[in-house]
Amino acid sequence: MLEDTTLIAEIVVSVLLVVAGVFGLVGSLGLVKLDDTMRRLHAPTKATTLGIGGVLIASMIYSAVFLDRLSFHELLITVFLFLTAPITANFIAKSYMHRHVDEGDLPPTEGPYGWAVYDAVPEDERPIDTK
Amino acid sequence: MLRRIFPHPQLTLMLTGVWLLLVNTVSAGNLLLGLVFGLAIPVITQPFWQKRPVIKRPLRVVEYIALVTWDIVMANVVVAYTILFKSNARTRSAWVRVPLDLTSPEAITLLAGTITMTPGTVASVLSADASSILVHCLDTDDPEAVRDEIKHRYERRLKEIFE
Amino acid sequence: MIQAALTFAVTCFALALVFNLWHLARAPGVVDRILALDTMVINAIALLNLYGISQGTPVYFEVSMLIAMVGFVSTVAYCRFILRGNIIE
Repeated sequence: MLEDTTLIAEIVVSVLLVVAGVFGLVGSLGLVKLDDTMRRLHAPTKATTLGIGGVLIASMIYSAVFLDRLSFHELLITVFLFLTAPITANFIAKSYMHRHVDEGDLPPTEGPYGWAVYDAVPEDERPIDTK
Repeated sequence: MLRRIFPHPQLTLMLTGVWLLLVNTVSAGNLLLGLVFGLAIPVITQPFWQKRPVIKRPLRVVEYIALVTWDIVMANVVVAYTILFKSNARTRSAWVRVPLDLTSPEAITLLAGTITMTPGTVASVLSADASSILVHCLDTDDPEAVRDEIKHRYERRLKEIFE
Repeated sequence: MIQAALTFAVTCFALALVFNLWHLARAPGVVDRILALDTMVINAIALLNLYGISQGTPVYFEVSMLIAMVGFVSTVAYCRFILRGNIIE
């Protein structure tokens, strides 16, 4: 019985590590292979989150089963990275648009104001601070 | 009176939980120290929390998190496939405008985060009056379908949670 | 088996770091360099955690937590500098 759980845990940890490695590598490969900055933005934000998530979950299972030490602080890093990845992606996209994208190349907002990188709403009628 | 001691009960719970995760052991002393932080920090930072988001249906949050986690896994597979097996010339990227029905800043932030983490889309910028959001698609044949999926799959659920 | 998987994962992330470094060196613009740096930080966190698993100590967790925070703040600071010309207004 005990050997069974150890074997299962070993398989699960190994599979998680292999999957994480593959996705981490593909994410960085995309950075080199894709040919436009907006396209390149997709590769690290997605492929790497699963890569790092796999490593951290594998580390949790490993320390619980093989080191007899319940450990949950890996969850903290996972949550932190999942919360910050969209924010960095958004910031990088905004700075790229600010420097290299012409407003005419984008679809119109179909509202009274343009996109927040190029246009601003007067202070007194601003619903949300979009800057 | 209770409001003055606990200005932000969810924040208290979250800070205590984060403290316990950070020290990585659950003991009476650590729980106490975590509670001290959880009570002191919301009181000190109260001027920064002018408006707090109201979550109408807490159970829907669990459903939403499960859905998004599943979608993140699928998104990874889709993006990995595009990177590995599609040549750059055959990848069709597009800008998509998604009109927003959400109004609260927290809900819009969550929606933008969800869009960035899920299949082949990155939320790039809001319009200046926060009435629509600009999304970049890595590879799509049908931008309208992407827009409808975002509105139907995520925005509808967030609207149920927050409004 | 875990040893083999660990070796495989470390190789993958090390190669990923090499790709990032390559992109950092020949990227066409400053925004691309920020993106490459951000990805490097994430891969470095993964490598640190893998090293922690192989050594069986939780010490490296604190290191990777700190690197995650510093990496996030620095990426945001770079982007903000490009967007606004200053970091703290």
